[in-house]
Amino acid sequence: MHVALAVILVLVGTILFHFLSPWWSTPIASNWGAFDDTITITFWITGAVFIAVILFMAYCLIKYRHREDRRAEYEPENKKLEIWLTAITALGVAGLLAPGLFAWNKYINVPEEATSIEVVGQQWQWTFRLPGTDGKLGRTSTKLISPNNPYGIDPKDPNGLDDVLIDDSELHMVKGKPVKVLLRSVDVLHDFYVPQFRAKMDIIPGSVTYFWVTPTKEGAFDIMCFELCGRGHHAMRGTVVVQTQEAYDKWLGDYDTFSKSLEEANNETPTKPVRLAAKERTATR
Amino acid sequence: MVDATSGPENFVPAAEVEEAELYHPKSWVTKYLFSQDAKVIAIQYSFTAIGIGLIGLVLSWLMRLQLGFPETFSFISQDNYYQFVTMHGMIMVVYLLTALFLGGFGNYLIPLMVGARDMVFPYLNMLSYWIYLLAVVVLLASFFVPGGPTGAGWTLYPPQAILPGTPGNGLGVVLMLVSLAIFIVGFTMGGLNYVVTVLQARTRGMTLMRMPLTVWGIFTATVLALLAFPALFVGAVMMTLDHVLGTSFFMPAIVKSGELLPYRGGTPLLFQHLFWFFGHPEVYIVALPAFGIVSDLISVHARRNIFGYRMMVWAIVGIGALSFIVWAHHMYVSGMNPWFGFFFATTTLIIAVPTALKVYNWVLTLWKGNIRLTLPMLFSIAFIITFVNGGITGLFLGNVAVDVPLSDTMFVVAHFHMVMGVAPILVVFGAIYHWYPKMTGRMLNNAMGQFHFWVTFLGAYTIFLPLHYLGFLGVPRRYYEMSGTTYIPESAQSLNGFITIVALIVGFAQIVFIINVFWSLRRGKEAGPNPWQATSLEWQTATTPPGHGNFGKELPVVYRWAYAFGVPGVKDDYLPQNLAPDKIEYQDGYSGPKAHELEPAH
Repeated sequence: MHVALAVILVLVGTILFHFLSPWWSTPIASNWGAFDDTITITFWITGAVFIAVILFMAYCLIKYRHREDRRAEYEPENKKLEIWLTAITALGVAGLLAPGLFAWNKYINVPEEATSIEVVGQQWQWTFRLPGTDGKLGRTSTKLISPNNPYGIDPKDPNGLDDVLIDDSELHMVKGKPVKVLLRSVDVLHDFYVPQFRAKMDIIPGSVTYFWVTPTKEGAFDIMCFELCGRGHHAMRGTVVVQTQEAYDKWLGDYDTFSKSLEEANNETPTKPVRLAAKERTATR
Repeated sequence: MVDATSGPENFVPAAEVEEAELYHPKSWVTKYLFSQDAKVIAIQYSFTAIGIGLIGLVLSWLMRLQLGFPETFSFISQDNYYQFVTMHGMIMVVYLLTALFLGGFGNYLIPLMVGARDMVFPYLNMLSYWIYLLAVVVLLASFFVPGGPTGAGWTLYPPQAILPGTPGNGLGVVLMLVSLAIFIVGFTMGGLNYVVTVLQARTRGMTLMRMPLTVWGIFTATVLALLAFPALFVGAVMMTLDHVLGTSFFMPAIVKSGELLPYRGGTPLLFQHLFWFFGHPEVYIVALPAFGIVSDLISVHARRNIFGYRMMVWAIVGIGALSFIVWAHHMYVSGMNPWFGFFFATTTLIIAVPTALKVYNWVLTLWKGNIRLTLPMLFSIAFIITFVNGGITGLFLGNVAVDVPLSDTMFVVAHFHMVMGVAPILVVFGAIYHWYPKMTGRMLNNAMGQFHFWVTFLGAYTIFLPLHYLGFLGVPRRYYEMSGTTYIPESAQSLNGFITIVALIVGFAQIVFIINVFWSLRRGKEAGPNPWQATSLEWQTATTPPGHGNFGKELPVVYRWAYAFGVPGVKDDYLPQNLAPDKIEYQDGYSGPKAHELEPAH
């Protein structure tokens, strides 16, 4: 009897914890509410199953506890019951999968009007590159990385000359504008994640990966690395500042284009060490 | 040799193969050390696996100390922390759970449950243990080499695993890879034994569909292991070559500290595919034996046939087969071709259906049963609760879109601990309480067992339930410390402290279990040959514990399935598998169908 009671208490405790716990998703600041919605649907369906199974088990523990004068009922199988249970489960599973697949389809199809930006991850910092006035990012290669060209941009590619180099760890975005985030690594796997955006993708050295997002709230949000990348993984942090178009344009003016950086490199001593995060900026919060 | 007793219900087919000559050891060394007896090998595997599991447990305490009380324990550096994370994970998944379920339970129970005298390749079986031990020694050696053990995560993803930014990237990771390769060699030897013994050495009358589900679970898991481990093997070899010879299987062009490394053209994704092609079946290699064992524990202690035995068998086989086409759900946000997301999310959610059926059937076995709340039953109940919880969170993660916010958060950590750490370990404990009397002739002490059960079950649940919610919050996994963010509240840090305290308590409570195991060897209540009144063959041996050759002079002959509990009209509430039909005592005046007419198709 007390075992059944313990089982019910564990169930009640779990439900209470769910509703009383202060630890829940941080408020969303992007267009990916569909992911949160799928989570909610999943909670309802699987929560119902969890409660039903545990309660039924508790009931059995009470009703069918051992009695010397009783015998268990001998029933090797019950085809009808098993088919019904299979069908209901399959339906429940389909009910979870369908919204999830629709949301995924949205995630991998980037809208036409999205502007591209590039995030460059390396052990253990973030830097960024914007396509500049031509709207196109120049070709890059890890093999071209040098002290004068820390992003590895091909100087022969005309698209790259006006690329804006954000060589510190604070990325700005315009509220309400969809962005295709291109992801590049120069060394190991990383993952660019802003928890309030609900959108992430691993970064693979040797490839360019992507995801897209439309920030919907102004503010400053943490960038965290979400793929183990060595001993500094937990310290690989940055900030995304979402702001109005005017504020964004003002911020943009502070940074050099690639061609300007090449000019400056020619005027400077060639023994400058490779440091992508050359400028120290205080984060605006 | 056909039975001479009358009646078709007494018919048992003749043996297909002659009984093989059993090897008889002569000296202490060949009897207890280099033993070819599967029961001795099983105990060797179990002690080694549990021993290294205790090291894994201590590593988890060190991790929790850092997470719960950062900046308090200065001896836990960031390098150490990642090394603890890595070694804890690899030890627990591979060297404890796989070794214990297959090498430990498989060796002890398979020959006994199928009515064989031993495994079919006893010498190979003996070798398999010593090779496993060698793999363990090589793994432990990595703690003592310069740079220490690898801190690359148990998933060992390249390029970071073999580059200088990761602790243990020198000899440490090489020893890990070599140890895995040795382990796989040993487990191939053992695996061949388990599979061939089940297929070839079953006693007369023991058809496949009369085998206990414990055997089905371990057998299917072994087939999975034989097919999946090679993927890990080649991945480990290729990574070792990348590291030691400078090949570029997994290594693209990389700039490290301003230097362009000599690698070119490889892709880290290839390793992930190889690793998870092994890695996903691996979790079923751990889960399927647990499924099989818990079915038998529930059935015996509820005094009821397992509900839907044939469906349970098909579910085990189906889950095993499906487990090979879901692997990339570990790679949804890896940057692989996004179209794969649709396929793998679908297959992953399909595998939920046979798994759910098993849960229903366990609970339906309790329904209309006659439930004894023994320790094995308590652990089985706890398994159902924690497995349903862990299985459900798998549905969250398996649904590709939901995985986008949840991947690499503490939600993943909570999920796999609940479904692979807590649930199967509860089955391990239940199984030990259940079979200890057969192995030793004595019962484990009930009072110590009750304390062990309640602290372990409630404690482990308390540890991992809140972690899911930290995952929803967005707290990342594999972080040395999580301060300095704008979105993680102070309360999350306090929660981490609380969880650490509970983890330490649960960890120390295991000492009571260990004491019980050794105390009961001498002082436990005497058990007799079949204290639980179970039907399967291991309880019908000539002696307890079973001697060399298991069954004495004559091998048992099997007349029915393993779940003849509560058969109508029969005096006893159970019928052993090898009880001849003409020896069954029916109730006075019973005129209904005889027992053999009520057995499901076999």
